Amino acid sequence: MANWDWQVFCKDTIDGEVLANCWGSGGKDISYLHWMIEAWGWTVAVSLVGLVIALVVGSLVGVMRTLPNSPWLVRLGNAWVELFRNIPLLVQVFLWYFVLPKMIPAMKGFPPFVLVVCALGFFTSARIAEQVRSGIQALPRGQRYAASAVGFTTFQSYRYVILPMAYRIIFPPLISESMNIFKNSAVAFAVSIPVLAQFYLQAGEETGAQVEMFVGVTALYIISALTVNRIMTAIEKRLRIPGFVAAGGTGGH
Amino acid sequence: MLGLDFSFYNWDLITSYVLKGLYFSIFLTVVATAGGIFFGTLLALMRLSGKKWLDIPAAFYVNGMRSAPLVMVILGFFLLVPFVIGRPIGAELSAIITFIAFEAAYFSEIMRAGIQSIPRGQVHAGQAVGMTYGQNMKLVILPQAFRNMLPVLMTQTIILFQDTSLVYAIGAYDLLKGFETAGKNFGRPEEAYLLAAVVYFVICYALSYMVKRLHKKIAIIR
Repeated sequence: MANWDWQVFCKDTIDGEVLANCWGSGGKDISYLHWMIEAWGWTVAVSLVGLVIALVVGSLVGVMRTLPNSPWLVRLGNAWVELFRNIPLLVQVFLWYFVLPKMIPAMKGFPPFVLVVCALGFFTSARIAEQVRSGIQALPRGQRYAASAVGFTTFQSYRYVILPMAYRIIFPPLISESMNIFKNSAVAFAVSIPVLAQFYLQAGEETGAQVEMFVGVTALYIISALTVNRIMTAIEKRLRIPGFVAAGGTGGH
Repeated sequence: MLGLDFSFYNWDLITSYVLKGLYFSIFLTVVATAGGIFFGTLLALMRLSGKKWLDIPAAFYVNGMRSAPLVMVILGFFLLVPFVIGRPIGAELSAIITFIAFEAAYFSEIMRAGIQSIPRGQVHAGQAVGMTYGQNMKLVILPQAFRNMLPVLMTQTIILFQDTSLVYAIGAYDLLKGFETAGKNFGRPEEAYLLAAVVYFVICYALSYMVKRLHKKIAIIR
């Protein structure tokens, strides 16, 4: 095994000299540590924006699939889920990045970040829609009837009765989806978004310090996933209804 | 249509570019599923053994693998192996080893949940008729557990098939790579990616439809 050399993180990214403050003074004069933290920023940005898209779109589609008396909306929602669930994420990223801008002229000017975030968000939205649907369908029918009995419109019964319960049921799988999106964001390296995986490829090649870079990058991925897990679990605890325990989900990446 | 032209796709191109990739994707899926289930079962048994020196290393391995992105594991293994053994191994072999090691962690969690879904009374009944741990597992627990988790195992295999596209990162020749190479050689990359998406969709949709049917069948019996 090669000798471990952690000083490599303090090296300048251009001339390879060890920087005194291990960080650099900004501009082009930065260390590998500085570059890695910036790559982490990209990973967090891609993941969080993707997560917001996924939650919004996934909730809409998931609710759509449970609406009473609107078979076409249900079918549309089901088609959405099947479409985005059965194509690998990497292929979806390529579709957004290479194919859609060519087919739709209006998308030509879109920055790569937006395209990748859409790919990641829509991919995850299908999985969240599936969770939302199963959460809503796990509720006893009586809740829906009770809401109509007191004169709620469909919107009101979802807003005040069904969704507040359904989201609590699906919170544990939502936590793992939020962690998944951080891991899945690594795929963005394939279209040269400077996320951590991309940093690992470039910095590892430039410095030859594969082991050190791998340890650093993997540690940051694990820290990100654990932080999301802690935050989401804290939220879940605050929202929890006493005496009401929801089951967790397994599987998926 | 939308500036796309699929006329360059013909049987010749499929046999010379796409099939080779499809075979590797399927091969990788099958090998990783078999290997993943084998090692996953071992890991699950280690975690359920109740012995700390078996449980802790297995838990460490499983949680470590599950919190790292697959792309990083694929890249890391491919780039680190030359450092450790002094010479590079091929992208294909590297992909196979990585996928078995990675999927074992996921399969072990499915196995653990499946084994834990068997009521304790079954274990005690096995012990009561004098079965050893091995006999009990083989004859009583695992057959029932496998049946409970079959749908989940198959869903995981579909996810695994989709994930094989990530070997793109190390340049192994899989289904996606086949389409990409064809697309580049004919100057039609966009159409190639679209067709790749369609092929993945058809395969995965058909498989998940089968899993749904199977799930219903099993649900009736139980």
